[in-house]
Amino acid sequence: MNESSFSVVSAKKLGLTFQTSDGPVHALSNVDLDVKRGDFVSFIGPSGCGKTTFLRVIADLEKATAGEITVNGMTPEEARKSRSYGYVFQAPALYPWRTIEKNIALPLEIMGHSKMERASRVARTLDLVNLTGFSKKYPWQLSGGMQQRASIARALAFDADLLLMDEPFGALDEIVRDHLNEQLLKLWARTRKTICFVTHSIPEAVYLSTKIVVMSPRPGRVTDIIDSTLPKERPLEIRETPEFLAIAHRVREGLRAGHSYEE
Amino acid sequence: MSLLRMSWQAALALILMIVALFNLPLVDQPVGLDAPATAMTTTFLAWLILMAAIGVDALPRPAITRAAALFVLTHLATYLLMTEIADGDGLDRLSFFLMIAASWLIAWRCVTLLSGIEVRTPFASALLRLLIPAIFGAWIVILWEAATRGAGIPFIILPPPSAIGVRIAGSVAILWADVQQTILKAVVFGYVVGCASGFVIAILADRISFLRRGLMPIGNLMSALPIVGVAPIMVMWFGFDWQSKAAVVIVMTFFPMLVNTVAGLSASGAMERDLMRSYASGYWQTLAKLRLPAAMPFIFNALKINSTLALIGAIVAEFFGTPIVGMGFRISTEIGRMNVDMVWAEIAVAALAGSVFYGIVALAERLTTFWHPSNRQG
Repeated sequence: MNESSFSVVSAKKLGLTFQTSDGPVHALSNVDLDVKRGDFVSFIGPSGCGKTTFLRVIADLEKATAGEITVNGMTPEEARKSRSYGYVFQAPALYPWRTIEKNIALPLEIMGHSKMERASRVARTLDLVNLTGFSKKYPWQLSGGMQQRASIARALAFDADLLLMDEPFGALDEIVRDHLNEQLLKLWARTRKTICFVTHSIPEAVYLSTKIVVMSPRPGRVTDIIDSTLPKERPLEIRETPEFLAIAHRVREGLRAGHSYEE
Repeated sequence: MSLLRMSWQAALALILMIVALFNLPLVDQPVGLDAPATAMTTTFLAWLILMAAIGVDALPRPAITRAAALFVLTHLATYLLMTEIADGDGLDRLSFFLMIAASWLIAWRCVTLLSGIEVRTPFASALLRLLIPAIFGAWIVILWEAATRGAGIPFIILPPPSAIGVRIAGSVAILWADVQQTILKAVVFGYVVGCASGFVIAILADRISFLRRGLMPIGNLMSALPIVGVAPIMVMWFGFDWQSKAAVVIVMTFFPMLVNTVAGLSASGAMERDLMRSYASGYWQTLAKLRLPAAMPFIFNALKINSTLALIGAIVAEFFGTPIVGMGFRISTEIGRMNVDMVWAEIAVAALAGSVFYGIVALAERLTTFWHPSNRQG
């Protein structure tokens, strides 16, 4: 098995049904997906399509009720216990009683790294997200964009090669979001990580991804998987090119096809 | 200077002063005694000082200058007024109360000016934060003194603060012995043990679910126990000395700590807990690094509630049997002997001790939970 064809995430006939008081809710049904090492995969779809649930199944924050899934060749639980992924949530979820550097050191403390090791890793990841100089600040003294960058640094600090990001820029304004998208691509190029990225923005998904997974709700399922033909080097202006617009069009078609008007 | 610049406090004070002028002298003389020659001079001096203060307030000077002048003038006048009625308990006339009211209005104006001042240095702002409530508190005492002595309120009903002050100064040894017995032994021991055990049981209840389900209702029951019922039983169990009072304090402080800690432990958000799960963090690690810090505001709430509860509990418990020392013992015996000034002295000491206790806990809270939105600066 060579380096690039190794499956970081592999799902087969994956299903997840929540039992609620109103009866069962099919959050995921028959999801087949392969994420290769070094991929940047976006999950896009309307709310309720199971994109976040799928990410949470990878992270072992939810358990699948049908089908199979492996993460780095292990079960999600084993993968979580061997700390093989970093998770970035919709909100920064930084601890307000810790400074930025202490927040980034949090996973390192839990994983038992030495003090010197922690200091050097914190310095390195702060540099990766351009937050050097803010290490002694508290999260509430920083802007929303900076807080989310700090939370990305926290997910990078322990060198897991899979990064799971759940609408990390959803709460930020357009300008900050563009800027962070550009930085995220650079970071991805520098660190060679595999990234699974949940979003509901078509331009964001097309701009960032090597592979776009279009999903639709009730039950949550994959309707289209698009391999991006865009080059690796992506300035923000690429969003005006016909090639970009063609992919965006296909994503939009996929979303429309999966949409049901029965609600 | 113009009338338009006058504050309403100064204007009202001016009216009171003019009415007072037509109602002199300040004190009715007891039959058969002549008014001392100095009395009228002092009265007019006080009257002139207050009028000067009213004038100063209308001058176009910075607020800080006017406030300082008002502060000095009004308290000087108040001092003169109080010395003048020193021997005439209960014989004071309308004019005395009018002039005291005018002084009070000017002091009010002074505090209003001080509150409006914008300061830059942290030292000056700390000074102002202390000065304003200090003036406010001093005037409660001044008005109390003026009302009790001026109107001749019976000593048994409400002694003047000066008499309470004299009693405190004369009974330092007794008061200190009572503080040692009640606060340094019963309250401190009971508070520490009660809070600590509430905290430990809360952690256990969080860890072991049958404890949570079984213990919380019993804890509720315990919190409903009346202190006057518990105290005599504790005296039966643990004897007359401070140990039985400490036991009452433990019973009273245990439950607020238990409930608040249990509530605090579930205060951390779902996302924060998922984050810890994604790091495969163990129970104790998650407790130490996430759930306890997030619970701190709740725990400090309990510590603050308990700081006052503990004092009340220890004092009331001493009503049910105690060696011949202790704040509750002193209050219950001295009221029986009609020594109300001693009762008030104990109350003052208890209030002071309670405030210091609460203040220490509140300070610790500010240092520990500086990150909480209610405490944030900058």
